[in-house]
Amino acid sequence: MNANAFKAKDYKSDIAPIWCPGCGDYHVLMSITKAMAELNRDPKDMAVISGIGCSSRIPAYTNCYGFHGVHGRSLALAAGLKVSRPDLTVMVMSGDGDGFSIGGNHFLHACRRNIDMTYIVMDNRVYGMTKGQPSPTTEPDWDSALSPGGTGLSPFHPLVIALASGANFVAREFSGDIKNSTKTIVEAVNHPGFSFVEILSPCVTFRPDEREWKGAVHRASVEETDDPARAARRIMTDDGMNTGILYRGHRKPYAAHVKDEIGDASALEAKFEV
Amino acid sequence: MTEPQAPSGSVSFAPSESVSFAIVGTGGAGAITAGSLLLEAAGKCGWYGVLNRSVGPQIRGGEAAALVRLATHPAECMSKDFDVLIAIDWKGADRFIGNMPVASDGLVFADPKAGAVPALLAETGVDIESCALKDLASAIEGGRENMVAVGIIAGLIGLPMEALMEVVTAKLGKKGEAVVAASRASIEAGMSEAARSTHAYPLAPASEKTGKRWLITGNEAVGLGAIRGGIRFAAAYPITPATEVLEYLAPSLAKIGGSLVQAEDELASINMAIGASFGGRPSITATSGPGLALMMEALGLAVAAEVPVVVIDVMRCGPSTGIATKSEQSDLNIAVYGFHGDAPHVVIAPTSVADCLFTAQWAVHMAEVMQTPVIVLSDQSLGQARVLIERPADVAFLAGRKTADASDAQTYERYAMTADGVSPMAIPGTRGGQYTADGLTHNLRGTPSGLASDQKSQMDKRRAKIEGFDYGNHWGVVEGEGDTVVLTWGSLTGTAREALRGLTDIKLVALRQISPFPGAALAAALAGAKRVLVVEQTHSGQFLRYIRAHMDLPFEVKQLNREGPNLIGPDEIAARIMDWSAS
Repeated sequence: MNANAFKAKDYKSDIAPIWCPGCGDYHVLMSITKAMAELNRDPKDMAVISGIGCSSRIPAYTNCYGFHGVHGRSLALAAGLKVSRPDLTVMVMSGDGDGFSIGGNHFLHACRRNIDMTYIVMDNRVYGMTKGQPSPTTEPDWDSALSPGGTGLSPFHPLVIALASGANFVAREFSGDIKNSTKTIVEAVNHPGFSFVEILSPCVTFRPDEREWKGAVHRASVEETDDPARAARRIMTDDGMNTGILYRGHRKPYAAHVKDEIGDASALEAKFEV
Repeated sequence: MTEPQAPSGSVSFAPSESVSFAIVGTGGAGAITAGSLLLEAAGKCGWYGVLNRSVGPQIRGGEAAALVRLATHPAECMSKDFDVLIAIDWKGADRFIGNMPVASDGLVFADPKAGAVPALLAETGVDIESCALKDLASAIEGGRENMVAVGIIAGLIGLPMEALMEVVTAKLGKKGEAVVAASRASIEAGMSEAARSTHAYPLAPASEKTGKRWLITGNEAVGLGAIRGGIRFAAAYPITPATEVLEYLAPSLAKIGGSLVQAEDELASINMAIGASFGGRPSITATSGPGLALMMEALGLAVAAEVPVVVIDVMRCGPSTGIATKSEQSDLNIAVYGFHGDAPHVVIAPTSVADCLFTAQWAVHMAEVMQTPVIVLSDQSLGQARVLIERPADVAFLAGRKTADASDAQTYERYAMTADGVSPMAIPGTRGGQYTADGLTHNLRGTPSGLASDQKSQMDKRRAKIEGFDYGNHWGVVEGEGDTVVLTWGSLTGTAREALRGLTDIKLVALRQISPFPGAALAAALAGAKRVLVVEQTHSGQFLRYIRAHMDLPFEVKQLNREGPNLIGPDEIAARIMDWSAS
């Protein structure tokens, strides 16, 4: 098993994360680097793309090529990169605010477009970087300074929306379950098209109640499916805490017309000659 | 190439060097098709010319007019008035006919069956001749009024049938011989009408016929220039009047091994372009004002992370949705100042349709060499104008993106200090070059930093690379001599050139390089000036304010500025120059 040339530590940079002690994102970083080692791709051929937020700090903590872009636009940045450089393994890291609120529209269209890349969203149901505001996945009665008494809004359901929008691989994991998270990330990267993995990743600073997630999560009791309708029914009716690969589809990934050989631009001139 | 022939009119008229005509008709009547056909046929005779479309707000069925000028010399803007105006119908014409003056010795052709000539036009006292377009067309099987109109114009200016039929056959040949024959018969009917007219407007033979003419729009020229410059990735979100840039790039990039992705919005398109460029592919997007506004945040990222990217802004009337189909130069402020923070970058503007090609190519070169965003301010009047020009010269910029070599040293610094401020960029896949590009203030390695020293040194570096670049003599256009100067920029350069044609002792100075401000070059061009007329298509005078912010203007300065949609015309510039005291 350890015949791989690369170890998890080869994917870690020497930069110390700025996360709070106890943050679930430390575990996600471990799972990601372990998954990279299992994938055994040279770090120089991998790119980790992110937006803004606690989770989006991840690229610099890896030893891959990284891009820490603007808030909410990581999927677009990654799409341009992957279409123009299909040889790279592209992973996108986001959070529930970055990915589902400001970046919500790009999420829909990334699922539709089905470019071969992996989207990992660390969902802690709160804006952590700005110190505790409700995000699209926050419960409606969660009290905060910005929304006293709660937002009263229905939480966003990322897995169902991914499925409805055409994502080709849908999974949920818990950050503390490094073994399963690693396995699922490997599967997600290896599956063609747009793979979406939601990782429940507690924010112990602003959502101390999320410490309870460790005991609440459970493995999905049913087999994964390639039937979107079945997957949607399951995801809609579960308790939001079951983990595992829930859907694996067969849509053809987005095909860009990139050729290795660059043609001659002078061939384009004839159409203008009178 | 076909020789022009004598006009069919019975009276002899002196040939002129320029002739302008307008074909008016409801969208779908084929006015634009007729104008395009005449323009292309004129190109086969070695003439130059320009076609502007005037279209109504409706997508189809609104009022439309093809405004065409043909000349023996390069001419990219319309004359101050039209020699011939021909109406297929007058529907909706009240809305725009006031902006289409017919010359005092001009001619209006109108079909009585199409209704009365609009009062606004009739009251000018211009000669009006009746012409039974509808009857002539319906007498021919498959005959069309717009093709009869083509025949009339061709007859009046001396455009030969062979040139027209060459174009008709190329365009309609696949629809069958009957269609081609119907077009020929329609054009012949029109030419007979022209022969009966008491007027003729013969165009002199082209002064020089060096090689084949090119027929191209500004939007196409920008696209071709970008590809010549090395662009191999485009991200696209449709917006009037920039969509044609993207529609040109899509199939063209595919032919040469590049790609275009249609994005979900402009926020995505600019980020896609930045992502592709991070991957090593020269990248572009095109938009108009509302889209540029959405892109500003990500353009700041490209400044901070030092990622090359080119944005073509085909300006239209603003603010907000404004008038999407009409031109203005009012995005100057947002292009220069729209970034938050201090964000050195480059803004340039093509000075003609032909120059759209060069300017876009130059933009790609500068973006790649300086690792910076470059905004190109084209506008609707350039982008959607179709012109006959000489083949633009080949330009080769040798330098490209400075990249980092593979290394095992583990010491790569993405934002290392260098003499010119440009640091070698590691392209993903390069061994030992791994780094994280970041919009956060960072140190040499790219690691986020809140240190004052990092903020200052990285800002100094980014400013140095923009200010220290050699912009050569591409900063602008200087033509003629004199202590009276017309100072303008971008698309109005051609208008100013037209205004000064035939005037002596007047200098034209036009900027292609907007930002960084070409202060020394402009000061040299304005040395000795006594009177300067600053001409721009903005309501607030953005260009003059911008110049004033950068340099003293120790001479008499007057301003000719106006918002869209009515373009500043050559006659207005000439009038202001000739009667300085009145302006």
